[in-house]
Amino acid sequence: MKILVCISAVPDTTSKINFTDNDTRFDTQGVQFVMNPNDEFGLTRAIWFQEKQQAEVHIATVGESQVEPIMRKALAIGATKGYRIDAAPVDGFFVATQLSALIKKEAYDLVICGRESIDYNGAMVPGLIAHECNYAFINTCVHLEIEGGQAKAIREIDGGNEKLSTSLPLVIGAQKGLVEESDLKIPNMRGIMMARQKPIEAIPAIEVAPRTFDVHFERPKVKGQVTLVDANDLDTLIDLLHKEAKVL
Amino acid sequence: MSVLVYLETENQSLKKSSAELASFAKALAGSEKTIGLCVNASDAANFTSYGLDELIVIDHPAQTLSAEEVAQLVAAIAEEVSAIKVIIGSSADARYYGSLIAARLSASYIPNVAAIPEQRDGELLYKRSVFTNKGYAYTAAKASRIVIGLSKNAFGIHENNQPLTLSQRSLDLDTPKVRSEGVEKASGKATIADADVVVSAGRGLKGPENWGMIEELADILGAATACSKPVSDLGWRPHGEHVGQTGKPVSTNLYIAIGISGAIQHLAGVNTSKVKVVINNDPEAPFFKAADYGVVGDAFEVVPQLIEKLKHFKAQTA
Ligand SMILES: Cc1cc2nc3c(=O)[nH]c(=O)nc-3n(C[C@H](O)[C@H](O)[C@H](O)COP(=O)(O)OP(=O)(O)OC[C@H]3O[C@@H](n4cnc5c(N)ncnc54)[C@H](O)[C@@H]3O)c2cc1C
Ligand SMILES: Nc1ncnc2c1ncn2[C@@H]1O[C@H](COP(=O)(O)O)[C@@H](O)[C@H]1O
Repeated sequence: MKILVCISAVPDTTSKINFTDNDTRFDTQGVQFVMNPNDEFGLTRAIWFQEKQQAEVHIATVGESQVEPIMRKALAIGATKGYRIDAAPVDGFFVATQLSALIKKEAYDLVICGRESIDYNGAMVPGLIAHECNYAFINTCVHLEIEGGQAKAIREIDGGNEKLSTSLPLVIGAQKGLVEESDLKIPNMRGIMMARQKPIEAIPAIEVAPRTFDVHFERPKVKGQVTLVDANDLDTLIDLLHKEAKVL
Repeated sequence: MSVLVYLETENQSLKKSSAELASFAKALAGSEKTIGLCVNASDAANFTSYGLDELIVIDHPAQTLSAEEVAQLVAAIAEEVSAIKVIIGSSADARYYGSLIAARLSASYIPNVAAIPEQRDGELLYKRSVFTNKGYAYTAAKASRIVIGLSKNAFGIHENNQPLTLSQRSLDLDTPKVRSEGVEKASGKATIADADVVVSAGRGLKGPENWGMIEELADILGAATACSKPVSDLGWRPHGEHVGQTGKPVSTNLYIAIGISGAIQHLAGVNTSKVKVVINNDPEAPFFKAADYGVVGDAFEVVPQLIEKLKHFKAQTA
């Protein structure tokens, strides 16, 4: 089984978000980039397939050279080869088109994406890939087993779970639950040393017109002051929620 | 030309989110025709208050359709009625079939839309939340068609009574690649996605055995229960309750956070809720800065009292 994990580099979850150039661009100054958390859950499951079912795990990122440290981390966790598609990601369609070209060429059996990237929250790359490559698609995937080309999966739905079955080739949108937080691997020294020898192949991007364009950005409005209510005066809280906030 | 809005159904009824989605579609359509589309809705004829000109009801033998089937259906009808704009919601299902619809229509896909678009330099710009609500982008569509995912509670319900043409029909759909083997859902319980009120608790509750009072409070308010990430990581509560940047988004009318510190990753996922109430014994907890109302106090004392007082309040207002 050949697996591709699509990894996006996103601002660390604690980052303060600022915009620059007259609010037309995200300001990366001082921002630490990390592997998208949803992708990390997916990668960990991929490595499980590698260890338990002799799968071969590759990774791919659409991005410029500054994403390589994050790709190295994925290699240190256990992936054997990386592809960096050399372009600044413009929108989800652009990214999905680049990845689809690689997926078709390498004929991956399983493509693991995150359910969404926590930067632009598009939640669209895996679905767009599935359509373009004509693969099955399971989103918000919290359980995945594969045996003889058949997949059994569980996806999270509003208020519960749905059991699903399908055949490979398959794209999933991964999230927490696919593996537990405690299963996430921290690269060890040996992994880091080995990762230095592993290839990251830079491939040129194909020309494609993006389908959306972010014209400008804005930060959310600053919140007003909190109204504190005494712990011994909860009637006042109920009154405020009823009459002032009108939510009771 | 027209605007098409896909309305989800559950147990043969249109979901509550339909009213907001149809209101938004009407506002976006202006003088264009506003057409609704839904599957197996027995109450469709009554859906006359939100400005739809036409509602297409598809009869299908399956109770619910898979994401692939929804995508095929919506794309086919969008072609048929020449819809330039297709509107969907923000449920877990919508986040599944949204990209598949856009792919089929070669459309621009703009999810997490937070408002009616604005004209600027001859272009329509869609305000959408990015960086998990830490910012907004004003995004232009470059393809001739566009699929718009409206965030919950972003536009509100706008009544607009109007005669509705109902058309009922069936449509053959391809066999999907992914088969459903059954759904597991707590029956009768409000879900985080649909509830108007969400009661959420964190590590301040000390252990899973203390969730009785959280569930009781939620019951009284008809609320869904939620939790912070460590609480689900520790196995105190199921993963489905984890809310925040890496969990479920919450965009509800009232969010009550009990024993949650208000870490930036938690706030990012819940801060589009309209009214936030925080109960925490540490006056320095960062959540107080993001809250509308706060009670500094021990949850084990405040919550039981709040339950009693709310019971009294509900009895009076009932
Ligand atoms: C990559 C990443 C992603 C993350 N994503 C998320 C996410 O999506 N959602 C999320 O929630 N977190 C997320 N986190 C974790 C986040 O950083 C915090 O650790 C977490 O939100 C803290 O949970 P908590 O508030 O329940 O616990 P704590 O921070 O331990 O806070 C407990 C609070 O309870 C209060 N308390 C204690 N006793 C009482 C009492 N008796 N009565 C009242 N109050 C009391 C304390 O004053 C404290 O404020 C993420 C972290 C990382 C690194
Ligand atoms: N630039 C990128 N390079 C590689 N994979 C990406 C990139 N952007 C998004 N993805 C993948 O697509 C998933 C969903 O991203 P999005 O559709 O942008 O929310 C991510 O979790 C990644 O797995």
